[in-house]
Amino acid sequence: MAAMLSIEELTHHFDGLCAVADFSLTVEPGELVGLIGPNGAGKTTIFNLITGVFRISQGRIFFEGQDITRWPSYRITAAGIARTFQNIRLFKDLSVLDNVRLGGFARHGYNIWQALLHSRGFRREEQAWLRQAYELLERFNLTRYADTVARHLPYGEQRRVEMARALISGPRLLLLDEPAAGMNDAESQALIQLIRDMQRDFGLTIILIEHQMRVVMDLCQRVKVLDFGMTIASGPPREVQHDPAVLEAYLGKDGALAE
Amino acid sequence: MAAVMPQRRYLTWGSITLLLALSWVLPESGLLNPYVVQILMYVGINMILTLALNLVNGYMGEFSVGHAGFMAVGAYMSSILTVWVIPPALSFWAFPAVLVAGGLAAAATGLVVAFPSFRTRGDYLAIVTLAFNMIVKSVLENLEILGGPRGFLGMPRLTSLPWVTAWVLLTLYLCRNLVYSNFGRGLMAIREDEVAANLTSVDTRKIKMYAFLISAFFTGVAGGLFAHLLQFINPRSFSILKSTDMLVMVYLGGIGSLTGSLLGATIFTLLLELLRPLGLWRWVVGPLLLVLLMIFRPRGIMGLKESKWFIPRFGAGSRRS
Ligand SMILES: Nc1ncnc2c1ncn2[C@@H]1O[C@H](COP(=O)(O)OP(=O)(O)O)[C@@H](O)[C@H]1O
Ligand SMILES: [Mg+2]
Repeated sequence: MAAMLSIEELTHHFDGLCAVADFSLTVEPGELVGLIGPNGAGKTTIFNLITGVFRISQGRIFFEGQDITRWPSYRITAAGIARTFQNIRLFKDLSVLDNVRLGGFARHGYNIWQALLHSRGFRREEQAWLRQAYELLERFNLTRYADTVARHLPYGEQRRVEMARALISGPRLLLLDEPAAGMNDAESQALIQLIRDMQRDFGLTIILIEHQMRVVMDLCQRVKVLDFGMTIASGPPREVQHDPAVLEAYLGKDGALAE
Repeated sequence: MAAVMPQRRYLTWGSITLLLALSWVLPESGLLNPYVVQILMYVGINMILTLALNLVNGYMGEFSVGHAGFMAVGAYMSSILTVWVIPPALSFWAFPAVLVAGGLAAAATGLVVAFPSFRTRGDYLAIVTLAFNMIVKSVLENLEILGGPRGFLGMPRLTSLPWVTAWVLLTLYLCRNLVYSNFGRGLMAIREDEVAANLTSVDTRKIKMYAFLISAFFTGVAGGLFAHLLQFINPRSFSILKSTDMLVMVYLGGIGSLTGSLLGATIFTLLLELLRPLGLWRWVVGPLLLVLLMIFRPRGIMGLKESKWFIPRFGAGSRRS
């Protein structure tokens, strides 16, 4: 069976600092894989490498059988990999609706001439995507914020706008970077349910970076643990949790595993 | 809302017709004296320049400081056509095509400028456009066949208030359509966060190119209108100072706003006219105003805001009914 995503021996340096070392990962369709590790372990860098933010110098990445190693970001996203960001990156001066619609940029089926003339085809397409955007807003409980400028939204709502923006691009693989950051217990409980529902309803494969252990425990079938760019453990979360190397990595720092 | 829509359409078409009719009747009947008509034409030409530059500097958030170069290309191209190529008897009818040719020449030049600037991320555009503006000026100064520094003349006075009005309306319409489309939202996304725009599947390089070429096109058209109003152009009319004036109009009226563009062009043109007695000091007004605006009101009067009138009913960011 063809893997959805396969990352082969990825290595990345920042001026001498080795942020990711020899990282490999294969994700099958429908999986929910966790990527954990202390701060600065290289998790976000891996997302940035998958999505073409950083140039890959060593290693290769295949998505649905295609070599996407050198693709520019917009093409990777259009091909079906969407993501959210650890530090929310909305288009702050645009409305929530426009933020969400932008996620569907590559799926708008009209060219520049049709846009300049607001042709019939243009209108049909715009209306279809408007409807789609409102459906997602509805789903994420954001309908009443449609016209609100993104920067005026509360933090939690901003996170949900990011998810709606990612989903409208029609991804098959979704990368979530610490979606529960800054959430209390009840909120992260709701988030867990939301991620489950999304995965089911949109038929998603998900890679989840998460700091809160219990989110990972509840959601992921297997996890990879990183420390200083190196993969120190991988397997089902319950096994990994007791791995001595993992315990040391975490306990030596912020004790996030010591619940 | 369904009942509102046709009504609004009548109003829009009604005012367009009225505007065009007035722009013809008022000068023709002598109700407006030629001086006022002249000023109105300057206002219109400046509106086109400001709308065009706002696409790049306002909506897209890049910084072009050399748009006078595109104006020069449009002005010289269209003038060459009417003076050397097109028989005088036909020039009146050929005028729209001549302006389009000027615009296309400017857009083609834009391609040369945009290509290296948008290849990499960063603020290359300001430097490249600055250099471009200076190169265009010095090339024109050294082209004896085009009159060199003395300038080029002999164009018929084809620019009239109805033509200017029609081109303002057309520019406004096309810019509005662009802004309220997938491409327009993509441009604004580039302004907000280029990396994130790429990550939301926006082909930033392609749409930057589109916006820049459309902008250069209309700037070239405005150059043609300008040349056939003055009937005389020289390289100095298209110096950095002219580019500065355009920047002032954009940042005065408001970045990322059609309404602001119209407003900025109007206020600035009238202001300059009032300050004409200052003579050479007039040239200080633009740069000074630009610096003050950048410090105290960087987004301008209408920054990122829009009159409801310009927002299309469907899917423009407003609620469905
Ligand atoms: N753009 C960058 N430039 C330089 N160093 C970076 C950059 N991004 C991340 N790093 C460094 O790479 C390491 C891994 O960072 P990151 O992937 O953000 O970790 P994580 O997401 O696991 O907390 C850190 O030491 C960080 O300081
Ligand atoms: Mg991180």
